[in-house]
Amino acid sequence: MNTLMDVLRHRPGWVEVKDEGEWDFYWCDVSWLRENFDHTYMDEHVRISHFRNHYDLTRKNYMVKNLKRFRKQLEREAGKLEAAKCDFFPKTFEMPCEYHLFVEEFRKNPGITWIMKPDTRSSDDQKDDIPVENYVAQRYIENPYLIGGRKFDLRVYVLVMSYIPLRAWLYRDGFARFSNTRFTLNSIDDQYVHLTNVAVQKTSPDYHPKKGCKWTLQRFRQYLASKHGPEAVETLFRDIDNIFVKSLQSVQKVIISNKHCFELYGYDILIDQDLKPWLLEVNASPSLTASSQEDYELKTCLLEDTLHVVDMEARLRQRSEETTEAALLLPSSSEESFQLIPSCQEEISLSRPCV
Amino acid sequence: MLQEESDLSLIIAQIVQKLKGSNLYSQLERQAWASLQRPEIKLESLKEDIKEFFKISGWEKKLQNAVYSELSVFPLPSHPAAPPEHLKEPLVYMRKAQGSWEKRILKSLNSMCTELSIPLARKRPVGEQKELLNKWNEMGTDEPDLSLFRPVYAPKDFLEVLINLRNPNYENGDSLSFRTHLGLIQVPLKVKDIPELKECFVELGLNIGQLGIDDSTQVPPELFENEHVRIGQKEQDSAAAQQYIRQGSPTALRAELWALILNISSQPEDVLYYEQLKTNVIQHDLLVDSLIYKDVKLTASNDDYYFVFEDYLYQVLLCFSRDTSVLSHFAFNSASPPKSYIRGKLGLEEYAVFYPPNGVIPFHGFSMYVAPLCFLYHEPSKLYQIFREMYVRFFFRLHSISSHPSGIVSLCLLFETLLQTYLPQLFYHLREIGAQPLRISFKWMVRAFSGYLATDQLLLLWDRILGYNSLEILAVLAAAVFAFRAVNLMEVTSLAAAEAVLADLSTLKVMPLLQIFLFATVT
Repeated sequence: MNTLMDVLRHRPGWVEVKDEGEWDFYWCDVSWLRENFDHTYMDEHVRISHFRNHYDLTRKNYMVKNLKRFRKQLEREAGKLEAAKCDFFPKTFEMPCEYHLFVEEFRKNPGITWIMKPDTRSSDDQKDDIPVENYVAQRYIENPYLIGGRKFDLRVYVLVMSYIPLRAWLYRDGFARFSNTRFTLNSIDDQYVHLTNVAVQKTSPDYHPKKGCKWTLQRFRQYLASKHGPEAVETLFRDIDNIFVKSLQSVQKVIISNKHCFELYGYDILIDQDLKPWLLEVNASPSLTASSQEDYELKTCLLEDTLHVVDMEARLRQRSEETTEAALLLPSSSEESFQLIPSCQEEISLSRPCV
Repeated sequence: MLQEESDLSLIIAQIVQKLKGSNLYSQLERQAWASLQRPEIKLESLKEDIKEFFKISGWEKKLQNAVYSELSVFPLPSHPAAPPEHLKEPLVYMRKAQGSWEKRILKSLNSMCTELSIPLARKRPVGEQKELLNKWNEMGTDEPDLSLFRPVYAPKDFLEVLINLRNPNYENGDSLSFRTHLGLIQVPLKVKDIPELKECFVELGLNIGQLGIDDSTQVPPELFENEHVRIGQKEQDSAAAQQYIRQGSPTALRAELWALILNISSQPEDVLYYEQLKTNVIQHDLLVDSLIYKDVKLTASNDDYYFVFEDYLYQVLLCFSRDTSVLSHFAFNSASPPKSYIRGKLGLEEYAVFYPPNGVIPFHGFSMYVAPLCFLYHEPSKLYQIFREMYVRFFFRLHSISSHPSGIVSLCLLFETLLQTYLPQLFYHLREIGAQPLRISFKWMVRAFSGYLATDQLLLLWDRILGYNSLEILAVLAAAVFAFRAVNLMEVTSLAAAEAVLADLSTLKVMPLLQIFLFATVT
């Protein structure tokens, strides 16, 4: 079930262009971007779905570097307490260059488990030309929050319209992805237990497609609220919002700003037993194929609202306006489902649907 | 006057009898003895002082809750000369129907047994016991071969039995009149109409705040929600909590409130009792266990909401089927526990046992009674207690034939009557195209809407079941759903199409539907 094609084809007034035709909007692959972005001329109104150097946010080793640098800066400017808000990324070492640092850390804390993750390709990104040569060693979170004995992670969507100024939108819905098997540190070799991406779970022998192993974020909130009370849930989601803000701020000056670019990120967040959220990964090309009817609806709405925010219609209308007559103002953003994340200067006050 | 007084003293005597055997009684005794040490207890006014002490220390409240709980569960005794069957079910033809239905179920179970050559019960070998103990928290990962097992019956089989129920003393003539009931249920039981329901469910009225309506994002919380939550936090009294919950329970308080209303407090003895049941499960394997496995795999495991709780369901249901304390509810249940005989001793009463030990044979969808509770309770013994109490107060009525106003027969009749009286065009249209409405709504009511509604909506509905101590709201909701989708239903021309219109209830908001149907429709 390809949600993207369905949404684009059904959008009124949009025409699909093949191959060499002129386009106003392109939802592209990262590989296409890498090869063509630098020598493609784009009119003012044209929009494309990736930033040139998104990997500063999405590749774990770059993300870590940017975050560390940002943290130092924050500590200088605003003190230790403020800098501590950046401590949501599990300790990570790039391999092979930080091998010695890693060994030191490993020796200092012998009981800790580390997980080796490939760095270039995640199952969400499409086929990449760059072969997988880099790894990171990341501290494994041994006390994940479990529901029904199962480990899960949260997938939340953030749409960035520009980095300078930083304009980011948070999608209200998302989902919790469950591992199909019960969590135990005993079976550390069993990749199906620990990796919760549906892409990996799909290959597990236990996987039944009907199950889908996903909960919507709404349902997850209700479950937590009935167990820990609404205040704890609010705190948790405020902490998750903090992750978005800090991670985007840390790459704000690094990402090559280009008015033609926007990007829809899929954030993977893990909650531990103390209800602390950890950032596992940011995906620049989150999977848009749907694993169930509910999933299909979520992703199509997500894409539709993304397109509302990007608002090609208004841009094309502006472009074709020769006169100074006021054009009919259609709502240019879907206030229902996407919410603007205020920049760091202002107080963050995101309101969520009530539990 | 005299009759009332003697009734009252009879009830009091019964309750005292019941409570004397309970844990609360021994605790109160201990407390009374301990209180003798206290300076304020004087020998001259011993009785009053101890009573005062109980009041201050909160023990009186606990006793009040226990008494209230007994009153809610135990039906009022009728005529002193009435035989015990009348407590189960006063109408003879209903008792007979239930008896023959039970025979059919047992026959089906026995034939499955002989076909598969599996004993009804067997002791597990030690190795198997150890294995089960190890996997106790993840029984869902087991994939035994269940293909040969079939559920003993499904709701639609039960519906056929109810459709054929007739009162032999009732003759309504062959001629159709405005009194003729056009639905499937053809027994003359008294059901409420909308004015009576309005009186009964007065707290659901339009001018009274509700959770499920007045806590939505558009409504400022100061208007209702904040105050309601504040009141809820102070509650310690079962009866007051029951009154409070009629307006819905805040999510954070729901688990405690339900436990308060059902009078469940997790004492060490309760945990011990649950552990004992767990040991029984480990030691013996019952045929019923496979039925439970099959049911969970077929229903809850495939449900988007509840698949996560699969393991809890086994832990609750397997223990439930071994719990002999459940047998006591058969005193007021029209059903009777099936009896089985030790091999070779058929007919000899000394070798008779109840099978399964709790007397309840699960049917297709039974595990859905437990699944929503997993959302609220995570500690297995507490989850177990809550489920057991919900079963012996409410759920058993949904699959036994009786004339009780909350029994499934009355609910079906209430549903059909409401539809026929207040939506006659729709009812007649559906009947004409061969889509009798009860055929569609029956499965909703038998499962108390579990698995059909979104979880948060279901919990709001079950709040009201507890609040009003009645299942009638299920029938009202079923009628309200039909009213809501009436426009689409008028267009359909077949049963399949009608089913399709009503297939997905997961987007429905329960409280607005109920309010509109009861209070905002012009009758």
